[in-house]
Amino acid sequence: MFKILKKEEMGNNVYGFDVFAPRVAKKAEAGQFFIVRQGEDYERIPLTIADFDREKGTITMIFQVVGACTKALSLLNVGDELTDIVGPLGKPTEIENYGKIVVVGGGVGIAPIYPIARALRAAGNEVTAIIGARTKDLLFWEDKMAAVSDRLLIATDDGSAGRKGFVTQVLEDLIKEEEIRRVWAIGPMIMMRAVANMTRTYKVPTIVSMNPIMVDGTGMCGACRVSVDGKTKFACVDGPEFDGHAIDFDLAMKRAAVFKNDEKLAMDALENRLKGGSCTCHSK
Amino acid sequence: MSQQVGRVAMPAQDPEIRNKNFSEVALGYSEEMALIEASRCLICKNPQCVKGCPVEVNIPGFIQKLRDKDMDGAVKELKNKNNLPAVCGRVCPQETQCEAKCIKGIKGEPVAIGRLERYVADWDLARGMEMPTKAEPKHKKVAVVGAGPAGLTAAGDLAKMGYDVTIFESLHTPGGVLMYGIPEFRLPKAIVQKEIDYIRALGVDIQTNVVAGKTVLIDELLNEEGYECVFIGTGAGLPHFMDIPGENLNGVYSANEFLTRSNLMKAYRFPESLTPIHAGKRVAVIGGGNVAMDAARTALRLGAEESWIIYRRSEEEMPARIEEVEHAKEEGVHFQLLTSPIELKGDENMNLVSMICQRYELGEPDASGRRKPIPIEGDVFEMNVDTVVMAIGNGANPLVTSTTPGLMITKRGNIQADEETGETSRKGVYAGGDIVTGAATVILAMGAGKSAARAIDEYLSK
Ligand SMILES: Cc1cc2nc3c(=O)[nH]c(=O)nc-3n(C[C@H](O)[C@H](O)[C@H](O)COP(=O)(O)OP(=O)(O)OC[C@H]3O[C@@H](n4cnc5c(N)ncnc54)[C@H](O)[C@@H]3O)c2cc1C
Ligand SMILES: Cc1cc2nc3c(=O)[nH]c(=O)nc-3n(C[C@H](O)[C@H](O)[C@H](O)COP(=O)(O)OP(=O)(O)OC[C@H]3O[C@@H](n4cnc5c(N)ncnc54)[C@H](O)[C@@H]3O)c2cc1C
Ligand code: SF4
Ligand code: SF4
Ligand code: FES
Repeated sequence: MFKILKKEEMGNNVYGFDVFAPRVAKKAEAGQFFIVRQGEDYERIPLTIADFDREKGTITMIFQVVGACTKALSLLNVGDELTDIVGPLGKPTEIENYGKIVVVGGGVGIAPIYPIARALRAAGNEVTAIIGARTKDLLFWEDKMAAVSDRLLIATDDGSAGRKGFVTQVLEDLIKEEEIRRVWAIGPMIMMRAVANMTRTYKVPTIVSMNPIMVDGTGMCGACRVSVDGKTKFACVDGPEFDGHAIDFDLAMKRAAVFKNDEKLAMDALENRLKGGSCTCHSK
Repeated sequence: MSQQVGRVAMPAQDPEIRNKNFSEVALGYSEEMALIEASRCLICKNPQCVKGCPVEVNIPGFIQKLRDKDMDGAVKELKNKNNLPAVCGRVCPQETQCEAKCIKGIKGEPVAIGRLERYVADWDLARGMEMPTKAEPKHKKVAVVGAGPAGLTAAGDLAKMGYDVTIFESLHTPGGVLMYGIPEFRLPKAIVQKEIDYIRALGVDIQTNVVAGKTVLIDELLNEEGYECVFIGTGAGLPHFMDIPGENLNGVYSANEFLTRSNLMKAYRFPESLTPIHAGKRVAVIGGGNVAMDAARTALRLGAEESWIIYRRSEEEMPARIEEVEHAKEEGVHFQLLTSPIELKGDENMNLVSMICQRYELGEPDASGRRKPIPIEGDVFEMNVDTVVMAIGNGANPLVTSTTPGLMITKRGNIQADEETGETSRKGVYAGGDIVTGAATVILAMGAGKSAARAIDEYLSK
């Protein structure tokens, strides 16, 4: 069992947990993910390893409530236990000394970009971090990001913090002025697509982290298929990071929507379970 | 009693009812039925049936005990060679193994060995399995990777010999294909669970959620965690796709995904179970093996209006067990033989709407001895479907082999291991089951686990 040791509320339905998972923490590298199952009858949900502490044996997860399972997860508290955590899964980020690089995190994508920025900086890169959200309240980890980057730039859609506008605009300005060797972009699929489309015109290599629907996370089911340069890849074992210029984003976005109509059913069932008290998941 | 000429029929749920539920299809013999069927056995002195069984169960031996109503004795005789008789009695391809060789089969119908095996094993499960006597603890640690039939068997045998055994399993539930692949209506999960409980009761520590090659490396088990030997039984879990246009459309599943969602994640109970599945209205399952039959029959139970098997060759060449094909037909699965899809088409949301198919005819036998399907030029047609399940086979997952230096693999990515002992190119590392042979059968995987356990014991006793 995997005990929750710390809970953070970042606002706007984004939560963070530190969980005791020593085997995962021992092996975790930037760019990898894990799968959590809260209990019997819950889905296996993939989440990025937002941070890890090998000594304490903990991993940090940051998640946004989007459906039933993430909703149920958000209701847990310190001391509760998760039935299953498996990882680290996927390939780690290819960390090298590229020179001047930019990491871009949008929304919850700020969390997974953090360990990547830290590892790239440790490898000697000059790291510029751009983080963005719709509004100031949705930003988090500004301090942590500042600590692992040489320069931190902020963008909000409404201008309530940092520059008004999208992260793509901030990035484009940088690319115009400076010799940027490589970009990492993690966030909603639309944001990653926008970044990749923009950097393509400037020929700046761009890595994105794909988050398709998954089941096992070990290459066994093929649910996580993505099309890269016209070839089918399994994001859980071949990724999740891919060349953003080669990804078929249109396909990826439509595949992500396949169970859209089931969401409400799942949510209602969950609410019923929580109300009826027949919930078997939080047996402490 | 010995007047019974043909074999005693297996009672089963009515096809029109069972194709809407997930309860077991075959209901099992009553005591009376079992005794009548047992009376058909000639208790041969030189039993051919035993030669057809990959683990050489003493078939006349257990049938004689059953006839004598010595159930305890019958169980012991069975379990002497077969750790999972309740599973094998249900899923072994008996018609090509033990029953294929039965002398009674020459003139009439062979003895229903599988059904009798199931009867005895179920009796054992119902009374609560008896624990075998274990050898003195040897204080030596052995790691088993993968909790499918190969791994469970190896672990159980090693534990009985006195080793400290830990199984590392990547999924959240042990059992391998028995849990995630073969559906509830063919192999109730409660039975698999009892077998797993039994392995645990023998003292085996099963650690789920550990992916060898990711969470821990084989070399770390050997060098850092104190295991003196490792047995690898990771199965054939890498789904093949056909590499045709449209394969990534919504509505196209691998059989592994379709069955895992339904079996392991209990999607047939959605939304009480929170993992969704879409069976669609018209389902086409590509393939002709057990996996394809399981997917096609599952689709009906999930509410599909039509479920089709699309297979390249003819019914004669289908690798599925005869019983599965018959059950599928009874339940209303349609068969489109000598046909294979060449393109999948979708709408603007990339949801599958149809499948372009090519018709085939049979030519000369190929390397596998089966007649080779040859496309009939120009004979192409379109079929409206909203779900396609690819059940065209599984390959070897490279997670373990690519992270274990010095472990030799075949061209297809399977681990090279000695057939008799499971020895690999790495000292102290053994392998068996589907990861060595490619997708095969439960009983062969168990047999491999058994012989590897023996070889590991010899190696560690030196
Ligand atoms: C490698 C990887 C890393 C991820 N990292 C994070 C992370 O760090 N933080 C975070 O908040 N989320 C992350 N996700 C997304 C997260 O897994 C999904 O939000 C979650 O599974 C939704 O579960 P649910 O039951 O609450 O919602 P559901 O009811 O299952 O779905 C709600 C909505 O989300 C969509 N959806 C479902 N699963 C996914 C998915 N895997 N990816 C995208 N959309 C999905 C559905 O189509 C639906 O529109 C990651 C996904 C992957 C594959
Ligand atoms: C749908 C279906 C129906 C079938 N029907 C029949 C039938 O009727 N009769 C019959 O005899 N055979 C049948 N088979 C075949 C039979 O199930 C297999 O041959 C048998 O299960 C192989 O056993 P195994 O132990 O080698 O592998 P598996 O059963 O595949 O078990 C391997 C285990 O290892 C785990 N694993 C994989 N990688 C790792 C890793 N890196 N680290 C840790 N754990 C890992 C897996 O999660 C799994 O639990 C069927 C197969 C399928 C898919
Ligand atoms: S284990 Fe399988 S092959 Fe052997 S006797 Fe039993 S049913 Fe027949
Ligand atoms: S060959 Fe047939 S009749 Fe003879 S012992 Fe075996 S099962 Fe009985
Ligand atoms: S999630 Fe199953 S293969 Fe990637």
